[in-house]
Amino acid sequence: MSTALQGAGPGPTLSRSADLVIVGAGVVGAAAAYFAALAGRRVVVVDRGAIAGGTSSAGEGNLLVSDKEAGPELDLALYSQAVWREDLAEHAGLWEFEAKGGLVVAATEHSVAGLRELSVHQRASGVEVHDVGHSALHEYEPHLSKDLAGAAFYPQDAQVQPMLVVAHLLRLARGLGATVRTGTEVTGFLRSGDRVTGVRSTAGDIPAGAVLNAAGTWAGEVAALAHVAVPVRPRRGFVLVTEPMPPRTVRHKVYAAEYVGDVASSDAALQTSPVVEGTDSGTILIGASRERVGFDRTVSVPAISTLAAKAVALFPMLREVRLMRTYHGFRPYCPDHLPVIGADPRAPGLWHACGHEGAGIGLSAGTGKLIAQALTGGQPDLDLTPFAPDRFTDRTQDAEEAVS
Amino acid sequence: MPHTHDVTVVGAGPAGVAAAVEAAEAGLDVALIDAAAQPGGQYWRHFDEDRARPEDRRGHHGWPVFTGLRDRLYVLRDAGRVHYLPGHQVWLATRDDAGTFTLRVTPTVRDPEPAGPGHGGTGHDGQDPVVARALILCPGGYDRQLPFPGWDLPGAMAAGGVQALLKGHRALAGRRAVVGGTGPFLLPVASGLAHAGAQVAAVVEANATLGWLRDPVGAVSAPGKGVEAAQYAATLARHRIPYRTRTVIRAILGDGRVEAVRTVKVDREGRPAGPEREIAADLVALGWGFTPSLELPLMLGAATRQDVDGSLVVEVDDLQRSSVDGVYVAGEATGVGGAALSVSEGRLSALALAAALGRPRMDPGTNADADRNTEAAGNTDADGTTDGNTSADKSAASGAAADPAGIRRVQARIRRGRRFAAAMHRTYPVPAAWPRSLPDATVVCRCEEVTYGDLRHAHAELGATDARTLKMLARPGMGWCQGRICGYATAGIAAWLDGRRPTADDLLPLSGRTPAVPVRLGELAALAETVTADPAGP
Repeated sequence: MSTALQGAGPGPTLSRSADLVIVGAGVVGAAAAYFAALAGRRVVVVDRGAIAGGTSSAGEGNLLVSDKEAGPELDLALYSQAVWREDLAEHAGLWEFEAKGGLVVAATEHSVAGLRELSVHQRASGVEVHDVGHSALHEYEPHLSKDLAGAAFYPQDAQVQPMLVVAHLLRLARGLGATVRTGTEVTGFLRSGDRVTGVRSTAGDIPAGAVLNAAGTWAGEVAALAHVAVPVRPRRGFVLVTEPMPPRTVRHKVYAAEYVGDVASSDAALQTSPVVEGTDSGTILIGASRERVGFDRTVSVPAISTLAAKAVALFPMLREVRLMRTYHGFRPYCPDHLPVIGADPRAPGLWHACGHEGAGIGLSAGTGKLIAQALTGGQPDLDLTPFAPDRFTDRTQDAEEAVS
Repeated sequence: MPHTHDVTVVGAGPAGVAAAVEAAEAGLDVALIDAAAQPGGQYWRHFDEDRARPEDRRGHHGWPVFTGLRDRLYVLRDAGRVHYLPGHQVWLATRDDAGTFTLRVTPTVRDPEPAGPGHGGTGHDGQDPVVARALILCPGGYDRQLPFPGWDLPGAMAAGGVQALLKGHRALAGRRAVVGGTGPFLLPVASGLAHAGAQVAAVVEANATLGWLRDPVGAVSAPGKGVEAAQYAATLARHRIPYRTRTVIRAILGDGRVEAVRTVKVDREGRPAGPEREIAADLVALGWGFTPSLELPLMLGAATRQDVDGSLVVEVDDLQRSSVDGVYVAGEATGVGGAALSVSEGRLSALALAAALGRPRMDPGTNADADRNTEAAGNTDADGTTDGNTSADKSAASGAAADPAGIRRVQARIRRGRRFAAAMHRTYPVPAAWPRSLPDATVVCRCEEVTYGDLRHAHAELGATDARTLKMLARPGMGWCQGRICGYATAGIAAWLDGRRPTADDLLPLSGRTPAVPVRLGELAALAETVTADPAGP
């Protein structure tokens, strides 16, 4: 394991070169490692910390189509759904895959109308949506507040335990010959002219045919080592975890219609919209807050208290349920809310798969498979143009700086 | 707006009571929050004061020190100089933009509420916060536990839990007891059980001897401890309690509850080095030292370090200041060292804070009294009350007192106490190889029912090479107790599986908790209604 290599300075070349070095042992790096190894590539995954040590272990394990408006991200989400359910079907039990469905609830007739309008476009893109009227709400969720006007049900929405996804994808990749080096920080790139030919790391140099930047919220720092800009920034979120409750207390992933608007927003101020769901272990998870405060790790009373208040508004019985734990993470966020996936023409040999914001768990499977297809010279199943790493102009980055 | 105190002291054990009393006598406006209904903490836990009996003080060391501090506390409380809030736990600590600290509290025991259908039950939400310019955190600690076969059987208890039942409730947890683990704390537990009428079948000590008696540094550092230990030795002899050193309990046996323990002699590294022996018992009291409670310091961002005993503790300077401006920490949270050291640290933090706030003490006489007082906490359990309580009257009248020399005297006492604690920790280490012979079926995390085999699998198959990843992948520490019980053990197992010693990085992910204690979502939600305007609105 990597511990044997710790403390080695940069310089010495590891005996083994690779076809692909993946920087980042989070869910996106793990998925890319699995699909690249499956395609016969010699893969080395490096991470300065442990596996799933960043945002992959700070979310709820959402595989959502419901929260996405029609467009490239929804296309990627639907593609990823297929990868989870088909390519990875045999492993689904390993990571507690549950096709529980999402219930998006609206408090007023006005917001029900908004939900219906959104669903028209989503259906056209291939999303399955069931309109749910006020009277049917409690068949879906017996504990929901009586004050809600209606909902939309999305049977494709699913949940996984994201840390187990990472661990098992990396385990499967290792079984296919991949190497995982944790506690190994990338300190620079090996270059031949413009071309990226590997990485320098705290465990020595690792030459490689290609390098994939899957460093999530920290991908901008890794890109900067190659002198290219990728505008990924942190967007903090808190999750509340309750005491264990009886099975099926909350049956689906339940969230308020406003969540879609919050996800798409670029506002730096605190936004909270309740997302409530049960887990295999009995705990109920309550998200989701969004605020751009850099990597501030102190607990925010406004964020966690507002989450609690809104969750209680959705499920009044939660008022008497005890909060056991909170955690937080930093979503990797790009100015246009789209991930960065593909080869970087500014640094040949460098690829990116990062910036998936709050959807990285769900989008990881599709992203990993598409990257593996592109890396092996094939035509990816999905057009990657909307995710191009060099799509950001100086202007978008300046605008981004202005709101930061 | 709530009233802003000069300082909030959290915890009314030896450190906290000393800190609160000293700060108030120095003229500071003090709030004191404690989970228990009456002061004393774990060390001076005692039966309901309103129904006290003379024998309640039996087994207590430095009892006059405590009663002296308590009397001063009550005088100060009655004079309105200490806002004393017993029976409450802090669940959230935040630093405000203005530099003050806001603590959210919840009753330790909740009044029963009518909770029928249609009853919102919102009456207890939104209890007033406690706000202060500075904090002295004295959260104490609790028994460190190690998993082994049978440790989760009914009848197997933490040594401190057995002691708490005795001291706090005059309740005996069994009739025939074995006390096991390591450290001098096993002795008062065995002694207390014997006094209360239980048969103590054995004290099983993993390490070699009462070595700290012979350790020159330790003996010089805490002269009173020698007398204390001699008393325990006498009690053990009088009750014919075998004291087996270099011996560990390998398994607790029983069908549905404790029936016997299986012990074995071990070598220096904790490897079996002799035949096994079975001892019948219906109570097993287990103690492997103590784990400091770090929830509040960590929530506020205080820097930590690993102490000699392997525990994660708060880093403080020679004035008890943590890395967070305005946050002082005293007692076991800065390193386990016993009640006398805790009292000194509590006093020093108050003196240092008073000086920092520009309230230097003016009455050195009070200080000298308090010094003598502190000394007694580490000394023999002499009868009669000392005169410590008179100082409360004096300083209550004169409004305070301390001089740089007084601070230096307390600092010197703390340095001696620390030397003694380090010698004690070195004499009574947890055997480095304790996970060596754990069967896979041994439950490590009782809340989530995670076994040692689950952890081995997460390490070997899933790549969990550190404690945090182990927790994420196998769920130890994710349940009701949030790692309070299994945290130290999980960190130790993570390191053991990875072929190294546990580090602060292994302990940290199992030590921080927000909220510090479980709290109803209704209580948290109430803060949103009072604290924030809601931009998105449901």
